[in-house]
Amino acid sequence: MSQETIDMLWQYGLWLAFYVGVSLVVLVGLLVIIAFLLLMDRKVWAAVQMRRGPNVVGPFGLLQSFADLLKFALKEPIIPAGADKGVFLLAPVAMATFALAAWAVIPLNEDGFGLWVISDLNVGILYILAVSSLGVYGVIMGGWASNSKYPFMGALRSTAQMISYEVSIGFVIITVLLCAGSLNLGAIVNAQKIGLGTAMGLPNSFLDWYWLALFPMFVVFFISALAETNRPPFDLPEAESELVAGFMVEYSSTPYLLFMLGEYVAIVTMCAMTTILFLGGWLPPLNIAPFTWVPGIFWFLGKVVFVFFMFSMVKAMVPRYRYDQLMRLGWKVFLPLSLLMVVVVAGVLQFGGLV
Amino acid sequence: MTLVAVFFYLFAILCVVAGAGVILARNPVHAVLSLILAFFNAAGLFVLLGAEFLAMLLVIVYVGAVAVLFLFVVMMLDVDFAELKAGFIKNAPFGLLVAGVVLAELIVLFAFRDLSLGAAGVGAVSSPVPDVNSGISNVDALGRLIYTKYAFFFQVSGLILLVAMIGAIVLTLRHKTGVKRQSISEQVSRNPKDAVEVVKVPSGGAVIPSVEGQ
Repeated sequence: MSQETIDMLWQYGLWLAFYVGVSLVVLVGLLVIIAFLLLMDRKVWAAVQMRRGPNVVGPFGLLQSFADLLKFALKEPIIPAGADKGVFLLAPVAMATFALAAWAVIPLNEDGFGLWVISDLNVGILYILAVSSLGVYGVIMGGWASNSKYPFMGALRSTAQMISYEVSIGFVIITVLLCAGSLNLGAIVNAQKIGLGTAMGLPNSFLDWYWLALFPMFVVFFISALAETNRPPFDLPEAESELVAGFMVEYSSTPYLLFMLGEYVAIVTMCAMTTILFLGGWLPPLNIAPFTWVPGIFWFLGKVVFVFFMFSMVKAMVPRYRYDQLMRLGWKVFLPLSLLMVVVVAGVLQFGGLV
Repeated sequence: MTLVAVFFYLFAILCVVAGAGVILARNPVHAVLSLILAFFNAAGLFVLLGAEFLAMLLVIVYVGAVAVLFLFVVMMLDVDFAELKAGFIKNAPFGLLVAGVVLAELIVLFAFRDLSLGAAGVGAVSSPVPDVNSGISNVDALGRLIYTKYAFFFQVSGLILLVAMIGAIVLTLRHKTGVKRQSISEQVSRNPKDAVEVVKVPSGGAVIPSVEGQ
């Protein structure tokens, strides 16, 4: 081997090691955060129902998620006799992988080093839309491969639901893109430094973020995100009063754990999306001294946790939708509304001289 | 060998293998899953070409929506494998004929690709693709072409899709009579005055419901 080849391999090795390292840091951090968010979800739900929630494992039940993890991992996975074994085991792996893959492009912060992101894609938002729409494969494969009635029905419901709400999510994203003028997630956040607030002569603050300028779209996006991630009140694919546990009926042990993990990662991804698109990502709420001292990543995480808290509260307070109501909401309310808003926003930007 | 080449061969080989899986798999669901894998690898090849926008669209539209519907339909099929095999032997000659024609066309195309093909020939596309290093993103470049040079074709393709959509709705929409449906606006606009009737019941008497109340 010549010196050049060795140099090149060394370079590629370093490059590869760097990306593997960064990806591992993001994934491990994400999984640890999700373990605690899961606990928070249960605690919030318990508090609304005036219970204590998990409080036995560790102080205040802080280690409950890890105990659950151990329990799932140590149980025996049962595969039904009539199941299509390969697809049955592929489904949860696919779901968890697709959900985690979305975090490759989510920017966490920007500082002197640049953007804190694994891959700064030009089409980052399309990538997230693409990857999050793939989560449906885990559900549909699992439902079919179980070779059982309830999982199959749950899978059919879930597929129809996720495809329906993707349409309105797509249009909401288009309105944000029109305002930001970029498909790059970092550029979208930075575009929120100028907005309604600065137009009124105020300094850069939370009034500039798109939640205010595009408030109807913020609401539509939040509700669509609930539906897209099969969260209550739209958890019809796993409605226990109708379908036992939906597509997860036949799953146990680690495959079940992977399904749950994929679901929660998808939820946190949607929270991060809401944060980036509407809540100004890592930007501080007021761009003045005490707020700017806090590193941006804490603002980002704080906003994600806040959106997750809203998800939990919705789960605790709102009764489940009926399936035809769900479809009506998606196709007859959100789709026309978001289509109209695309036209209105484009018109305002073009004729209001804001481009 | 650069890293790009490694990924090219990875995606290309997987794409071909998945393509073979589509036609070789006994189970139609497995065939559709192979098709999805093939789409994925094609998207990977697009990314290597620098066409990331096209790659994402391929994943969103074909993998995320079209293939899901495929899978949806195929899963509902009640497949009888014995019948499939009998059909295979019956239809084999016709299939071979089609394959032969396509093969002949490909051979002609590759053997005589120097033939002057007029406007559709190689090189007719006046390289509208901007340089990778020009700083113009995919979306930007596409937008500049679609909304200027090809605006008419863009509108026409949109109209064709609209006609197809309306056609599909016209063909399948049936209004069944006598089906009870929920009318949310009607429910919401109900008020106690219309819905509740306060009746004084004389002792020992009976209440005859009004016709409207029923």
